Amino acid sequence: MARFTPENTTLAQEIIDRYPVARSAMIPLLHLAQEQDGHVSDEAMEHIAELLDVTPAEVLGTCSFYEMFKREPVGEYLVNVCTNISCLLVGGEELLEHLEDKLGIKAGSTTPDGKFTLEDVECIAACTEAPCMQVNYRYFHKVTNEQVDEVLDDLSAGRLAHEVPKHGTLSRVRQKVAPERRARVARPNVNVEPVWLARNSTGESS
Amino acid sequence: MSEAGPREIPRIVSSRWDLEDGFTLDRYESTGGYTALRKALDTMTPAQVGEEVKAASLLGRGGAGFPAGVKWGFCPPGVFPRYLVVNGDESEPGTYKDRLLMERDPHQLIEGILIAAYAIGCGQAFLYVRGEMALAQERLAGALNDAYAAGYIGRNIMGSEFSLDVVLHWGAGAYIVGEETALIESLEGNRGMPRLKPPFFPAAKGLYLQPTVVNNVETLSNLPWIVSNGGGAFAELGAEKSTGTRLFAVSGHVNNPGVFEVEFGVTTFRDLLYGKQYGDGIRNGHRLKAFIPGGASAPWFYEEHLDLPLEAGAVGGAGSMLGSGAIVVMDETTDAVKAAWRVVRFFARESCGKCTPCREGTAWLEKILRRMIDGQGRKGDVDKLMDVCDNISPQITWPPKQTTICPLGPSAVSPIASAVLRFKDEFEALCQGDAEVSVAINGKAYLSQPVQPEQPEPAEAPA
Repeated sequence: MARFTPENTTLAQEIIDRYPVARSAMIPLLHLAQEQDGHVSDEAMEHIAELLDVTPAEVLGTCSFYEMFKREPVGEYLVNVCTNISCLLVGGEELLEHLEDKLGIKAGSTTPDGKFTLEDVECIAACTEAPCMQVNYRYFHKVTNEQVDEVLDDLSAGRLAHEVPKHGTLSRVRQKVAPERRARVARPNVNVEPVWLARNSTGESS
Repeated sequence: MSEAGPREIPRIVSSRWDLEDGFTLDRYESTGGYTALRKALDTMTPAQVGEEVKAASLLGRGGAGFPAGVKWGFCPPGVFPRYLVVNGDESEPGTYKDRLLMERDPHQLIEGILIAAYAIGCGQAFLYVRGEMALAQERLAGALNDAYAAGYIGRNIMGSEFSLDVVLHWGAGAYIVGEETALIESLEGNRGMPRLKPPFFPAAKGLYLQPTVVNNVETLSNLPWIVSNGGGAFAELGAEKSTGTRLFAVSGHVNNPGVFEVEFGVTTFRDLLYGKQYGDGIRNGHRLKAFIPGGASAPWFYEEHLDLPLEAGAVGGAGSMLGSGAIVVMDETTDAVKAAWRVVRFFARESCGKCTPCREGTAWLEKILRRMIDGQGRKGDVDKLMDVCDNISPQITWPPKQTTICPLGPSAVSPIASAVLRFKDEFEALCQGDAEVSVAINGKAYLSQPVQPEQPEPAEAPA
């Protein structure tokens, strides 16, 4: 629960190097911290500040704007139920109520065993598959109460580990570019017309 | 509406959706992938690519509907680097298409990015994916890695002088970041708050205050087809100003909710809601109460709007918008107050807090509606709602006037004005019989009147 591990510090530097301005790596590094610890700790934000040469308050400022960053530990599984319009029309609220009953908690809280956190969320872009929910940002479409019960049982028993990684892990594939394939980082203060544009007479794509 | 229903048209952006492995490089290459990029690099100047896109009259598919080719042309000459930022932050309630494009055909998007960057002369591209979309991120990361290794991205693409790095980036949960200047702020590592206008277009000053083109995922996904088949062929599809095809997500109370690629500008709402191959009619034989034609921000439409074509001008003229291609259908059993409240709660939650009318206004709208639903509505509440709406968007008209620097605040006015004017009795029932409105409401869709109050049955579905 802390600063980046040496391995993640190396990864953080790789991420920073992709951007023309280091600060652009702020959100990716906050995600990396959450992937490491399950939430974003104060120590992690301080470490990010050091890496980006900004103040910890600036990191907190960005972090606190975004819904997905949790500054306190959440359950092993973050269950997000959509109740926005398309889901509301076909049972999103009822689905949320069922989950509240089943887990014995209200939306916005965590079960005492630290297993599940339940959230009532906004549209997650599965509107034609309503009602829908996500567990650690993995989709479950057109879910019925029975399916929800099954999913909860499977999660508790660890049977869905291959589909639902731990909270904080989003893409399990990282962007990797071989050094010889890399083009260039386009720094904002270097005013050079791209060669393929300059070659073509006026150089303007009008 | 044509009797035969919509004609057969090519699937321009969704052609690989049914393929199990449509997201892989092998499948993409074996189904014509990256040939458009090859064609552009080998036979076309950047300006010629730009001309094809202009000839296609490709309208932006993100919501505002601005012509993509024209937007590209706003970059000031001689100022470099230029950046391309891809808006994959799809979050407008009811909208579900960009996620599918990213998950099921990521290479098509990547090829579109490369074509756009070649034409504009971008030094670097950033692909901003919504934070909650883990599978889309995974598919794009895999596709980018494969495309780099195969020589389609990076240094000297396909042996040409064209070089470009594409950086995959994702957000962390904030609807407002879909607004292009907020997206840029977020990409710079800041709180995702829209920037003050002018400049109205980031093409003048965008990322790091450099010329920046922000294009939506669906917009860019059209480019490989346009380059392969020509802008003229694209413009032959659809209506005069709404060309090509477009993805529409039909959700809510229809028998067959789904995302459909249809000919833009000519297909009607009736085709899409009742057509067998599309929405297939209202569930349980119910009657249509209202539908949202273009995402939660759009004023609602009713039965009398069903025969309008899905065309930007026609829908705008009737007082609403096609927005992000999200059609939400509500049948007669829908509680209009509840539906309006739920949409307003969204805007109240997602207001970034920068402008007072939006921050305070949306919160009060949500609270007043909530107390009505909870049985504590008061006389005068409806008038109060409309007064707050009028403060956020003066004269409650369409297109909405803004007292804010982005359209989020005024968007919260749409569901309320729509519900209050059309379903007054439902509000009266919650406000001790008082749903009088003293504020002037001017939006055309809000004032729409039912043509035949007692229509027997919805029209037969087209064949």
